[in-house]
Amino acid sequence: MRFLNGVKIKNKDYFKSSLWSDKNLAVKILEEIKILSRKASLLKKGPVNIMEVCGTHTMAIASSGIRNILPESINLLSGPGCPVCVTSAGDIDRILQLSRLKNAITATFGDMLKVRNSSGEDLNSVRASGRDVRIVYSPSDALGIARANPDKNVIFVGVGFETTAPLIASVIKTASAAGVKNFYVTSLFKLVPPALKILMENKAADINAFILPGHVSAIIGYRPYEFVPAKYGIPCSVCGFEPLDILRGISALLRQIVEKKPRLDVEYSRVVSKDGNAVAKALMAEVFSVSAANWRAIGVIPGSGYDLSPEYDRYDAFSSFGVKYSEKKEPSGCLCGKILLGVAKPVQCRHFGKACTPLNAIGPCMVSSEGACAAWYKYGVKK
Amino acid sequence: MASKEITLAFGSGGRLTNELIRDLFVRHFSNKRLNELEDSAVLRLGRERIAFTTDSYVVTPLKFPGGDIGRIAVCGTVNDLAVKGARPLAVSCGFIIEEGLERGTLEEAVVSMKKAAAEAGVEIVTGDTKVVEKGKADKLFINTSGVGLVIPGTAISQKNIRPGDVIIINGEIAAHGVAVLNARNNLGLSGNIKSDAAPLSRMLNGLAVKFPSIRSMRDVTRGGLATVLNEAAQSSGWSMEIEEELIPVSEPVRNACSVLGLDPLYVANEGKAVIFAPEKYASKILSAMKKDKYGKKAAIIGRVLAEKKASLKVRTPIGSERYAVMLEGEQLPRIC
Repeated sequence: MRFLNGVKIKNKDYFKSSLWSDKNLAVKILEEIKILSRKASLLKKGPVNIMEVCGTHTMAIASSGIRNILPESINLLSGPGCPVCVTSAGDIDRILQLSRLKNAITATFGDMLKVRNSSGEDLNSVRASGRDVRIVYSPSDALGIARANPDKNVIFVGVGFETTAPLIASVIKTASAAGVKNFYVTSLFKLVPPALKILMENKAADINAFILPGHVSAIIGYRPYEFVPAKYGIPCSVCGFEPLDILRGISALLRQIVEKKPRLDVEYSRVVSKDGNAVAKALMAEVFSVSAANWRAIGVIPGSGYDLSPEYDRYDAFSSFGVKYSEKKEPSGCLCGKILLGVAKPVQCRHFGKACTPLNAIGPCMVSSEGACAAWYKYGVKK
Repeated sequence: MASKEITLAFGSGGRLTNELIRDLFVRHFSNKRLNELEDSAVLRLGRERIAFTTDSYVVTPLKFPGGDIGRIAVCGTVNDLAVKGARPLAVSCGFIIEEGLERGTLEEAVVSMKKAAAEAGVEIVTGDTKVVEKGKADKLFINTSGVGLVIPGTAISQKNIRPGDVIIINGEIAAHGVAVLNARNNLGLSGNIKSDAAPLSRMLNGLAVKFPSIRSMRDVTRGGLATVLNEAAQSSGWSMEIEEELIPVSEPVRNACSVLGLDPLYVANEGKAVIFAPEKYASKILSAMKKDKYGKKAAIIGRVLAEKKASLKVRTPIGSERYAVMLEGEQLPRIC
């Protein structure tokens, strides 16, 4: 037996997704939120800005319609949490350069297919021009393509956070153990905690609290975020992805603000532990080494990405084929950068829903199924 | 903006397919019966009304749990007739075969068509065979056309949908798309997910006879439930509202969608129909459906609103609401 907002829950029901979208419980939590938000916005002398930094949260918030039932004084912002969106224009350009190499097969998650570079090209147009670009559902499929095509160079477009990185680390290890020589990865992985630090230091948006990602935290644990409340005094809550997870997270954040005691609450303890997944962390530590990374709209953040470690360096697509980074412009008029920083909302962009739709996306936030613009468009979010 | 090339997204069954149909095919072919944009065209033949439809099947892989290309080639066409209130009379078949296809594979598809036709109570009465060079087609493409006799007394059309009508579906959605994706990519999803491919003619014909007040029925295939309801909203002009909690989705399919980042509302089906009917008949229609093999999990999922905005609203489990637009682009390429 457990308790959830004062309601008894049988142990066997605790992991059922229906529990985490229960309407009666939602109403209870919303009552709490209403009372707390009044106090919190009095303290803040304005709306409370809460940022989520995970694309899956962005989608979950839009699809459950949470914004419509929250008090006006709570403002939900989407941060740099969609892996496709945070990949810089310069890196998109490098990926396209690789995909045009002779003898190359580019393997990618579907989301990357339609992200344009500064000249308006994307992997889709490279594919249409006759190059071999394939969608895979798992990095191990990309390794399978390499094994089946020993005379080709298979380049896997590696983007993502601490959630995708261990899977790819494991595939690189497998490739190495099996002596596969024609498999390469673009190591464009990003790490969440250093990005939070930058968001707080550059103060582009007035962020009063963070909803922290559940999946990433399942891998790295919650310990790496402890500096956020401790050093910057910003309330944090690690949340899952069901509507009640998010509502409970928001309530916890408001309580911290009202009590003036910023801390790290974990509202996803059914999945997240203090130290995370030791096996995944060891894999990443072996295959990758922490490096600086280029974030769209933010720029270079030290220690916020992964390069391949010296032992696995030969799998690095960029260095193997000598493709260098150069800074590229954002698509003209596109607000993706500002949206990623929480400074602008999708509906404020002049292209949103007009020139820019999922079918004809100008910026990555409309391309990725985890992008803020795509979520707002698909679920008709208006404010 | 009109795209110069036909990309895969034009075949997704979503918004682009819709635009291509309206802006190209309907523009050039324009006539009263085509312009209705229903699952079948209805032609007058003396005192009878004949429903007429065609569909092509290009699924990869050819076989998947719960069905194969042969089964969906018959079911899809039979269902397109049945949702217009027609009893399927006869089906044609056109085979486009890639050089090198194993004869056994072709025969499996043919036997599967025979079985599905027998189940639907329809005969395959004419056909055509073409073989193309290796690489000019992908193993096997099948086209089927069908004709059916519209049941007298019915007036089934999206134009007849009215505010207050309830929306009923005959069972769990999204199984077909997930089953095909799982088979195609060896995803190893758990829960024995099978395609819902099924001929719905017996059930739907029974409903059309018993409930002439049914306003409209639609075959829910590519583009998923959300796309079909958006089309119905556009054709009728009325907004619609569905309740997420009421939409039947099996637990394994729900979990698979959540892992793959798919929205079940946009995943393809091959044995689903939505029915629009006045509320006072809803419970009787529902219990009639539940008596059929393919309607055991039928459910009322929403209603038509008295709002002339032609949009689709979704009430979420926590009591909020959002919109659901038509499928944009390709959520799953080539699954039916």
